[in-house]
Amino acid sequence: MRRLLRHAGSAVGLLCWIGLWELVGRSGQLRLLPPFSDVVASVPVLLADPGFASDVRQSVIALALGLALALAAGIPAGILMARSRPFDKAAGLWVDIFLATPLTALVPALMVLFGFGMGTVIATVVLFSIWVIILDTRAGILQARPSLIDMARAFGARRRDIVLHILIPAALPEMLVGLRLAVIAGVKGVVVGQILVAVFGIGRRLMIYSQNFLMDRFWALMICILCFAYLLVLAVSLLERQVAHYAPRR
Amino acid sequence: MTAGIVVRDVHKSYGGVTEALAGVSFDAPDGALTSLIGPSGCGKTTLLKLIAGLLEPGAGEILVDGRPVAGPGRDRALVFQDFALLPWATVLRNVGYGLELRGVVRGEREAIAHRLIERVGLAGFEYRYPHELSGGMKQRVGLARALAVEAPILLMDEPFSQVDEQTRRKFQEDLRDLLSGERRTVLFVTHSIEEAVYLSDRIVLLSPRPGRVTDVIDTVHDRAMDPDRIRRDSAYIDTVDRIWHILRNYLT
Repeated sequence: MRRLLRHAGSAVGLLCWIGLWELVGRSGQLRLLPPFSDVVASVPVLLADPGFASDVRQSVIALALGLALALAAGIPAGILMARSRPFDKAAGLWVDIFLATPLTALVPALMVLFGFGMGTVIATVVLFSIWVIILDTRAGILQARPSLIDMARAFGARRRDIVLHILIPAALPEMLVGLRLAVIAGVKGVVVGQILVAVFGIGRRLMIYSQNFLMDRFWALMICILCFAYLLVLAVSLLERQVAHYAPRR
Repeated sequence: MTAGIVVRDVHKSYGGVTEALAGVSFDAPDGALTSLIGPSGCGKTTLLKLIAGLLEPGAGEILVDGRPVAGPGRDRALVFQDFALLPWATVLRNVGYGLELRGVVRGEREAIAHRLIERVGLAGFEYRYPHELSGGMKQRVGLARALAVEAPILLMDEPFSQVDEQTRRKFQEDLRDLLSGERRTVLFVTHSIEEAVYLSDRIVLLSPRPGRVTDVIDTVHDRAMDPDRIRRDSAYIDTVDRIWHILRNYLT
């Protein structure tokens, strides 16, 4: 019942914003903001566009590859930082710096390295998402109780066993929070990367729409991106629920 | 009595500053239960970790069955003060975890785990998670895990200190029963005098800061006796008194 009320609450909040959007759009004061109903009406137009499917495919591939690379590099880096003080000191500063930097400014530098194409977009996704993965993995590993490591060693665990049986499961709740934030950052990375490279994918489409004042389609695409990101976040939340039973009791 | 564990002039300090153990020597007889007792700060847990091979001594040597300790080994199993159970694993997996690390196949280790869960009185809890158990039950899981690997030497680090008093007494009796059929060498760290006297064949007394052995007492009461009679036995009470008079010197 309480859950139902909470959902009803957020639904009402959402409806209020949509209502406000509709009113502002109808007033015609803001050319950049067409009424919400017009935007929704152009979603099918957008989906029917012949190039749309391939734009989505390219963007999803860039996101998936970028996130995979960020996880493959970020998780070992986070584990290393939690387990080695010198490495933590050396790398920690850089992680903090990158986390605080407006990374968009670095994308042109990536273009020099990776060219005007997929490479730069993938690199942008990695650049946007890896830091939070590193930090949350590190925080999670530090949650592992030292006595569990002693226990595993006493019963003959090798280094690999300790990582797989103790450190990773102990870190999983934080790692999944990191993944959830990384997914959001990664979606931003794809869009920003593609806008700056501006030769393919969803980003190019956003550029074309905004430069030609096709605002209803621009906003329709934004809503599609938002829904996509929301679904991914929801999927990670479902995984988080799997580890919730032991998260407070490590 | 042949010695199961021999500790010879062992020193250990942390960070080169804090001296935890200063020349500790004692023998734990083979097939007997030896307790290490002393006030906090006497290095009991450090000593146990050294024997387990989790720490290295600064000086001195430790022999287990005549061989010097070089890291953890299959001949020793540990029971932890804070239970050290995997929170994300069921009772069944936790009990079988030592066997899992030794590469015993799943079917076999689960069969052994089922048997031990039964023996420690936790039948029916195989698929529960640690957080669903009481402190006493958690330690039964920890004990079953240690027994499962069939190590001839059992090292127990204040296993009942986080368990309430009633549970603790019952647990002490059960531990005696569990060990009575076997010839295991047990080293038991505790800060409870009654517990040490009740369970042990030999009691090693340690003084604090830095840890040193002050006395070694072999208990004389007949331990085949009924638990309630032991606790009223005059030999038992005399030993408790004697230890108390030695240990009170270290309390300031």
